[in-house]
Amino acid sequence: MNRVVITGQGTINALASSAADTFEAFREGRCGIGPLDIRDVERLAIQIGGQVRGYDPQQEFNRQEISLYDRFTQFTLHAAREAISQSGLVFQGELAAQSGVILGTSGGGLNTQDENYRAVYEEGKNRVHPFVVPKLMNNAAASHVSMNYNLKGPSFTVATACASSNHAMGQAFNFIRSGMAKVMITGGSESMLCFGGVKAWEGLRVMSKDACRPFCANRNGMVQGEGAAVFVMEDYEFAKARGAEILAEVVGFAMTSDASDIVMPSRQGAARAISGAMKDAKINPAEVGYINAHGTGTTANDKTECAAVSDAFGAHADNLMMSSTKSMHGHVIGGTGAIELLACIMALKDGVIAPTIGYEEPDPECALDVVPNEARDAQVDVVLSNAFAFGGLNAVLALRRA
Amino acid sequence: MAASVKDQVVKIIAEQAVLEVSDISMEASLEDLGIDSLGLVESIFAIEEAFDISVPFNANEPEASAFDVSSVASVIAAVEGLVAEQKS
Repeated sequence: MNRVVITGQGTINALASSAADTFEAFREGRCGIGPLDIRDVERLAIQIGGQVRGYDPQQEFNRQEISLYDRFTQFTLHAAREAISQSGLVFQGELAAQSGVILGTSGGGLNTQDENYRAVYEEGKNRVHPFVVPKLMNNAAASHVSMNYNLKGPSFTVATACASSNHAMGQAFNFIRSGMAKVMITGGSESMLCFGGVKAWEGLRVMSKDACRPFCANRNGMVQGEGAAVFVMEDYEFAKARGAEILAEVVGFAMTSDASDIVMPSRQGAARAISGAMKDAKINPAEVGYINAHGTGTTANDKTECAAVSDAFGAHADNLMMSSTKSMHGHVIGGTGAIELLACIMALKDGVIAPTIGYEEPDPECALDVVPNEARDAQVDVVLSNAFAFGGLNAVLALRRA
Repeated sequence: MAASVKDQVVKIIAEQAVLEVSDISMEASLEDLGIDSLGLVESIFAIEEAFDISVPFNANEPEASAFDVSSVASVIAAVEGLVAEQKS
């Protein structure tokens, strides 16, 4: 089995448009959540989100590209450019054939769907732009990354709601580990902050109108975000031979299904995924110093997740740190695990643990060290990243300091 | 009018619980009737549609909203209040 390392990272999210600036925001405990600036926002009950602001597609893409790239694809390409450039890789010949793209998204080109449904239903138009289908399809982002960088190996898109990115990155990891690929571009993207995207979530009545306060006694729900994060994963020997800078090593991955409820999380399902990732990584639970929580800020998720961590770690649950950066960038749905992996890399590489901001009062059902409000300096060797999706599909990654 | 709100709410709850209207007691909690969290948000949606009102209810803090879902009677009272408030 090959060892797998991360040699490039890139992002755009409500906090920043690069990995370095996102780390700075994490260190400062900055909040990227604010009033939504979208069409028909006045008809929404939920009017806040972790929206990417100050982003001008025309600065990054030409007119023909914009006509083909939904916002979720644009975010992906922005993040991929940063990640691949950092890795220093150029994909040609045999390497191109052995390298692919696996990305996560839940809604795909939802803005494109929203705009075009409006055109035909609300405005009564009988014609839509010819690129609607290639723009909205869930695999559009993966395909454009593949085309832009000449990646000719295994490439596809994973859609498992809020666990999409973790499932995608887990596949990328296993493709390299098993020798099916040498380099994989992986991560995820979401752009669901349009009228239809937010309205659909409102219906579930799990959204907060004011803030995302994970693990806090007075938390009152999740806040949607948008953005992307993309990573370059590669075979360790290959990375070492070419003298690449290694940001972190991916050491384990596990996925489980609750097989029980379409929306309610399961303590057992989550605990099995957490334990499974540690077993896959052949690590002792006591080695884990930090967990980037799924931590959505809903009553159900946060207490179930804390109980699952207690089950998986026993007494060590009280020694480790677990924070939810969703408090800062919002819940980026299918892209969230990728953006949250940045906090894992920052913990391992820089020794800084991103905080759970907006934390006001302890909840006895979430009695772990959630790194409230302020980032903390701490050297950790092994970290986990949790993602637990609607539909009961769980995916947990384990990373080790390079 | 009050009786009609009651009848309609009971009908919605009965349908959600897959019970006869006559089996719905005023004191029962929705949980007693076998209505889970998804059933609750679906019932609230049906109530909003039936009365053309907006129900302020966040599943994360049921106690924080004025919409009291602790019993069938409390739901009916809350709907009556919202209808009076939003239809006046």
